[in-house]
Amino acid sequence: MSNIDKETARSYLLEMSKIRHFEEACGRMYMQGKIKGFLHLYIGEEAIAVGAISQLTNQDYVITHYRDHGHALARGMDPNKIMAELYGKKGGSSRGKGGSMHLFDKKLNFMGGYAIVGGHLPIAIGLGLALKKQKKDGIVLCFFGDGAVNEGEFHESMNLAALWNLPVLFYLENNQYGMGTHVKKSSAAADILYKFADLYGMPATRIDGMDVLTVQDSAKEAINKIRTNGGPVLIEAMTYRFKGHSMADPASYREDSEVKQWEDKDPILLFKEYVKENNLLTDIDISNIENEVKVIIQNCLKFAENSPLPDMSVAMDKIYYSDN
Amino acid sequence: MAELTIRESLNKALREALDNNENVFIMGEDIGMYGGPYAVTKGLLEEYGSEKIMDTPISESGFVGAAIGASMAGMKPIVEIMTINFSLLAMDQIVNHAAKIHYMSDGQLSVPIIIRTVTGAGGRMGATHSQSFEGWYASVPGLKVVSPSNAIDALGLFRSAINENNPVIFVEHSMLYGVKNEIPDQYYETPIGLPKVLEKGNDLTLIAWSGMIPLAKLVSTELNKRNINTEIIDLRSLNPIDFELIFESVKKTNKVVILDEYWETGSFGSYISSVIQEKCFDYLDGPVGVINSLNVPMPYSAELEDKVIPNIDRALSKIKELFGF
Repeated sequence: MSNIDKETARSYLLEMSKIRHFEEACGRMYMQGKIKGFLHLYIGEEAIAVGAISQLTNQDYVITHYRDHGHALARGMDPNKIMAELYGKKGGSSRGKGGSMHLFDKKLNFMGGYAIVGGHLPIAIGLGLALKKQKKDGIVLCFFGDGAVNEGEFHESMNLAALWNLPVLFYLENNQYGMGTHVKKSSAAADILYKFADLYGMPATRIDGMDVLTVQDSAKEAINKIRTNGGPVLIEAMTYRFKGHSMADPASYREDSEVKQWEDKDPILLFKEYVKENNLLTDIDISNIENEVKVIIQNCLKFAENSPLPDMSVAMDKIYYSDN
Repeated sequence: MAELTIRESLNKALREALDNNENVFIMGEDIGMYGGPYAVTKGLLEEYGSEKIMDTPISESGFVGAAIGASMAGMKPIVEIMTINFSLLAMDQIVNHAAKIHYMSDGQLSVPIIIRTVTGAGGRMGATHSQSFEGWYASVPGLKVVSPSNAIDALGLFRSAINENNPVIFVEHSMLYGVKNEIPDQYYETPIGLPKVLEKGNDLTLIAWSGMIPLAKLVSTELNKRNINTEIIDLRSLNPIDFELIFESVKKTNKVVILDEYWETGSFGSYISSVIQEKCFDYLDGPVGVINSLNVPMPYSAELEDKVIPNIDRALSKIKELFGF
């Protein structure tokens, strides 16, 4: 495992804590009725977004599924705009027209959260195709879950990426449940999902998605391969969502013991232990980071609360592109 | 003036697009080596090479999604879906993504793609290869849908479509590729959304598009023999539609019949009919007639297919029933 410096340690802990606290705040605001509709929390999976996105440059694209807050935050999206979007307010990233599942930030090449399982994989292929045609150096980091692997679009996209040698990192976040159905009940290849890549001649690896440094190292290696060879790579990160599929899901299909087993691998707790053992951060540093995160979360809630509601002109705007 | 078929005018339109914009590329099934299932892309691979003319696997969702993604990153893809029946495999990409990304991102991203596809019955191709789904796509906010009936509009609409920064579904009719017209030498565009009066008349308004235009002309010829002068309106675009021209015609003739190759239930023609009845009710002498394909999967046999799709006998008897002509 690679050694990291203090600044990187601080950054990883800050980013993971920011996601954790943001998501916890979302959960509370959902219970208060401030946030409505579907809300899918990323709690437990923070190491993946932070570790993988840390290895990108500005020119790279990120595209993801509907559990997208973590990826958006890790890519640098403004928490104020995200929270206001969840509140359905005018100050939101899409002025309240996207919602939790559809965050976008073009300036960051964050190409969106998509809510039809597997539907954004072909779009990721297109982003890669454009990079290739434009002779640009960027890559596409495409997150998806174990549920998407059973969609035809996954296989169509894997084939196209390999056939056309496109710079796409297929990032499979295997949290082991497609909504409430365990991966073993939905895939005949549940134990070896990453091996689908073999059939398309694509390098692939399975990693521990609860350890941010493992995520960082494997992403770095994969991205180097893509930048060197041009072609796609797949990573399967084993992870777990600590909460239900969405706020509407009490997760009664899981044993408490299973949840406990994964909570013991909490990526933030594990990383805190690591940085202390390796003298990267002190208890005071950690407490400072937590205070910093608290302020960020308080501010975004205040921003969302104070943001005005959109009027109907917003609803009727940007249905079609127009020059004026 | 050169005389071109719809097939040739589209080939010309594609060449223009490739010549004028370095971001344009074309992708689809069998458009290159094979020469295009309807030969619209014939010769393009040889001339422009495989970077610009990309043969794709039979993965409709995959390559339509790829076109969407490429367009979001600054390219201008033209996608051919071999027939509109196969577009159902890409419906997620078209309806859930192409139509909504601009809106959901509040204008941050755009999807400037053209999806060319082939609609219609009449080729004895059976139940799964003879459908007319352009009305479905026309009902989706965020998509634009055009469907030319002649070579002039095919070229003109394509030129407008290529200048669009929105997803355009460009619907071609399988039975019309051989239709020939004189194409003006001077550059022109056909605006998306503007219907056209093909024949002027005072007694009855016939509204149709795409594959139903030849039938509208046939009906008009028959009625002319009885001194009934029909006005034929070619919609040309299904979304958007400038209804003013239609309303003007209805206010003049007071009688309307719509020809629509889709089934009776939930047809696009029924939507046009409902708009006319709401906006022009006081001007109408009778109900707005809509003539559709019968509510059955398309049978293969020529004997049966000709009776299932709207035909001259059914059209004339409907007009007689409604207006006594």
